[in-house]
Amino acid sequence: MSLAKITSVSGRAVNVPGNDIDTDRIIPARFMKCVTFDGLGEFLFHDVRKDPKTGQITNHPLNDARFSGATILLSGANFGCGSSREHAPQAIQKYGFKAVIAEGFAEIFFGNSTTLGMPCVNANREDIAKIAAALAKDPATEVTIDLAKLEVRFAGQAVKITLRESARDALVNGRWDAIGELIEGIPSVKSTAAKLPYLAA
Amino acid sequence: MPESLFQKVWNAHAVRTLANGQTQLLIGTHLIHEVTSPQAFGMMRDLKLKVLMPHRTFATVDHIVPTNELVEPYKDPLAQAMMDELRKNCAQFGITFFDRATGKQGIVHIVGPEQGITQPGTTIACGDSHTSTHGAFGAVAFGIGTSQVRDVLATQTMALGALKVRRIEVNGKLRPGVYAKDVILHIIRLLGVNGGTGYAYEYAGSTFDGFSMEERMTVCNMSIEGGARVGYVNPDETTFAFLKGRPYSPNGADWDKAVANWRSFASDPGCHYDDVVKINAADIAPTVTWGINPGQGITILENVPDPAKATAADEKAGIEEALAYMKLKPGAPIKGTKIDVAFIGSCTNGRLSDFREVAKYVKGHKVAAGVKAIAVPGSQIVALQCEKEGIDKVLAAAGFEWRAAGCSMCLAMNPDKLVGEQLCASSSNRNFKGRQGSPTGRTILMSPVMVAAAAVAGSVADAREVFSVS
Repeated sequence: MSLAKITSVSGRAVNVPGNDIDTDRIIPARFMKCVTFDGLGEFLFHDVRKDPKTGQITNHPLNDARFSGATILLSGANFGCGSSREHAPQAIQKYGFKAVIAEGFAEIFFGNSTTLGMPCVNANREDIAKIAAALAKDPATEVTIDLAKLEVRFAGQAVKITLRESARDALVNGRWDAIGELIEGIPSVKSTAAKLPYLAA
Repeated sequence: MPESLFQKVWNAHAVRTLANGQTQLLIGTHLIHEVTSPQAFGMMRDLKLKVLMPHRTFATVDHIVPTNELVEPYKDPLAQAMMDELRKNCAQFGITFFDRATGKQGIVHIVGPEQGITQPGTTIACGDSHTSTHGAFGAVAFGIGTSQVRDVLATQTMALGALKVRRIEVNGKLRPGVYAKDVILHIIRLLGVNGGTGYAYEYAGSTFDGFSMEERMTVCNMSIEGGARVGYVNPDETTFAFLKGRPYSPNGADWDKAVANWRSFASDPGCHYDDVVKINAADIAPTVTWGINPGQGITILENVPDPAKATAADEKAGIEEALAYMKLKPGAPIKGTKIDVAFIGSCTNGRLSDFREVAKYVKGHKVAAGVKAIAVPGSQIVALQCEKEGIDKVLAAAGFEWRAAGCSMCLAMNPDKLVGEQLCASSSNRNFKGRQGSPTGRTILMSPVMVAAAAVAGSVADAREVFSVS
């Protein structure tokens, strides 16, 4: 299986501010009644994009036409907290996003996203505010996430980002989906299992 | 060198180091359910992969099952499709499925321990964030995404980096009316909803030593609400006594060998911890949430926070957003907040001891007029035992609807949902916006006995007063 080497992501970006944006907010559970991930993009942030009482569209950033076509999502601390549902990063990716910049990510969400080849990079609060300010000023601002230099460039500025080295390595070297490598290890898996009483039987 | 349980289990299951530096970790036990597994089986078919160790994956159905409709086809065709898909996948790949007809169906985190599948010193994974529950037995148990479900099916391993370990020691005796649920809500309030990111939580101290397995499960269950993907308690005599005689537990001569092996996984005295937190059990009070994440908790005697008193701008914004959603007044007492629904159940608090405790107190009381109260056992076995003990009758006499096993209103993927802006006193684990099925529905998390008190009072109440607990 040959995977793309993801060394950078460039495109327009949209700011969805707030801390602790949970996976139920990203994709409400009722949209998980499905046996494939197809079509999940349509329901991304569904209940905050549509007023549940009136059915009218809200002023959520994803409803703002100036940001349509954005491929980079910007948010706050502990993004993707809550459930382990891969439906959340799947919905984000299927909506058209290629990367997320946030102050921090929940553990399971981060791993799920990396496995889908969608970089989740951390920037500090002040730097996220700078990017957000540039986007507010000019929604067409081109943003580049550089995984080699570990920086985000936008509007003539550059800010530092961090990304766990194992994830960075996997993305830039095109091995973010580990299945091929895991399969190669099966002979060692069997010998490890044979040493454990509960698996040896 | 002395090692923690986490390190010992990790080392025993580490297969090799992958090119990116992560570990290929052997997952001894894999649990699946209908929501997060169908896509993984789809990927298996696309890639023409076989399940490597079909006897190490166990399936049940929990999220979508109706709790008041037992006959198939279900009214909701999507729910039926998910049910059918799981049956088909288990049959095709040779996986044991605790379907309803087996009498062993239930919430995946209740079924594993009940069957004795959950054992100390093992690694467990499930496409469900509350897999941390199984850590109560001294297992290292991870919630995983669907691509990883595929990885575990195909290779019985997944790619992971090691976690740091934080020991959370709770010492002393809990005061009357204070439960395991209050302990974990207190911990999350103290350390934050992302305080555990990158950590496994080791719960220890005399409070945990004295806890039953069910109490330990309640705490480990909500580790993820504190950001910790893994939470565990070292195995001890309580653990072994719980496991003895269960269907998948070792027996005969194997039992003694297994116990000796399990014991050896417990953290060594003097081992390294990346962090240690100490809590005095007497400082914990009945705790309830006021906001839209599980860290937004207060004791029943406290007032809802006032954003005007917040010290940081994002803290202020967070409080304002939560209060606007919850329709609570800044600085007002949480006690007395009118409720519409009371829910007792979930993988956090849907076990026998939860219903026993509730039955003990609600006997002779009535659910307040206008409150819809439902009690949902976590498994068919829990349901049967409650029915044998007459707990279902006590709850029904008090005005609770006694339902069949499933996740139910914890996340409302079945017909049990809040309607409109209803407020629910809930023994579940998440109070996120829209969590209980209505995009504007509101949730206040608390212990089962506190839910019962709220149901009887018709408003958020102090169970110690309502039921004269002393």
